Amino acid sequence: MNFSFLRFSSITKKIWMSLLGLFLMVFLILHLGINLCLLRKDPTWFNDAAYFMGTNYVIKVFEVILFGGFIFHILVGIILQLRNWRSRPVRYKINPRTDTPFFTKYMIYTGAVVFIFLVIHLMNFYFIKLGWKESPVPSLPNGHPDFYVVARWLFSQPFYTVLYIVFIIVLGVHLYHSFRAAFQSLGLNHKSYNSSIETFGIVYSIVIPLGYILIPIYYLI
Amino acid sequence: MDFTLKIWRQKNAKAKGKFVTYNLKDVSSNCSFLEMLDILNEQLVHQNEEPVVFDTDCREGICGLCSLYINGRPHGPDDAITTCQLHMRKFKDGDIIVVEPWRARPFPVIKDLMVDRTAFDAIIQEGGFISVNTGGAPDANAIIIPKEAAELSMDAAACIGCGACVAACKNASAMLFVSAKVSHFALLPQGKPEAKERVRKMVAKMDELGFGNCTNTFACEVECPKLISVSTIARMNREFLWAKIG
Ligand code: HEM
Ligand code: FES
Repeated sequence: MNFSFLRFSSITKKIWMSLLGLFLMVFLILHLGINLCLLRKDPTWFNDAAYFMGTNYVIKVFEVILFGGFIFHILVGIILQLRNWRSRPVRYKINPRTDTPFFTKYMIYTGAVVFIFLVIHLMNFYFIKLGWKESPVPSLPNGHPDFYVVARWLFSQPFYTVLYIVFIIVLGVHLYHSFRAAFQSLGLNHKSYNSSIETFGIVYSIVIPLGYILIPIYYLI
Repeated sequence: MDFTLKIWRQKNAKAKGKFVTYNLKDVSSNCSFLEMLDILNEQLVHQNEEPVVFDTDCREGICGLCSLYINGRPHGPDDAITTCQLHMRKFKDGDIIVVEPWRARPFPVIKDLMVDRTAFDAIIQEGGFISVNTGGAPDANAIIIPKEAAELSMDAAACIGCGACVAACKNASAMLFVSAKVSHFALLPQGKPEAKERVRKMVAKMDELGFGNCTNTFACEVECPKLISVSTIARMNREFLWAKIG
């Protein structure tokens, strides 16, 4: 692996961080689109989509970019954060009383929670696809894992469902500040557009997580 | 008005330092914060104790020298001012006031409340200037500058380099300061020829000196005595991006 990115300047790192973050945000929409197929009684839509995502070559290329994007976003996020912690070796006695948006201060922590969810999620689905893990349910006739049934099986467990909802809410918190921040990092700050960007970011960070949460809730009722 | 002051005392850069409590009585509400410290120091001198060291110069909000992190805010509990312009009427009678120096790795404490801000000078030396051989003064309007550019540049030039942005930032990032200096020149035709080199070098220096990164918390903007906007940081990021790929 080429580690030259470690020497990137602070702004270059931030620009990569925001580009990859925005890319991940687009991916989340796509992923939600597929997941919403879980709401149908008939599993074919969902399983066809999963089959397509698992076998199409264009998607395979995107998969590599996606994994790279996640890893890079996380690595750069951690590197930036470590530096930020080191830049004030002696802390203030009095906690800052400057009025700033609340969640902006906890990006690394919400990010870490999202990361934990990501690992659990990969273990539940991707590892089965790779054959690293036994599927808890019988496979489809075409030999592919039956992710529709896997998903329903997972959501039939109250513990997993609650965990899932909590994780998705934390993801929403991570994204709440992200969209506007990513534009700022890319140098896109203009008084005519800022409020639209901010509004879009807030709507995104509420609607997309709600979409994800809708699935287990729908199963419950 | 009466106050209880908890002030950071530190003999020198190497010493450990601690908070020392002082009680001050009958301070006029019209006193500025620095005048209040002067009164305290006079008392200390009378008691044969060492006065508290703090930075001060113009006392009219233009030099940027006065610093002080007061009750959790750089320049204390008021907006858009420096500490020399903070008045005791902003506090309540009997308040406990905790005074700390700016805290950041590139701003080491020299003594008590005075920190070394030469890191900012080092950044300026990398590009906070325009290299021209000054001959006779040019005609006032020989170079036409759009009004908006002139105004935005002037807004950025209002930065007095006090370091409140660094002190306020949870990451001790100097991006607001550096971006103000970058923007101030980048917006003007005179600054364009060196724009790319300037932003590259100033950012490199900022990183080298150990300032943190921006995480878009925007505390800097809230605490800046000159109300410099974070859109200046966005401009620096743009300038930087163009300098790299343009
Ligand atoms: C689906 C998952 C994720 C998405 C869509 C996402 C998206 C974003 C976006 C758009 C930003 C704003 C970039 C900026 O501030 O300029 C951001 C910031 C950040 N992300 Fe994520 N992120 C995700 C997962 C993670 C994970 C797993 C971590 C791991 C620790 C993480 C850590 C961070 C940190 C620390 C920041 C703040 C960076 C800074 O402002 O300097 N993110 N994220
Ligand atoms: S002493 Fe000059 S700005 Fe406060």
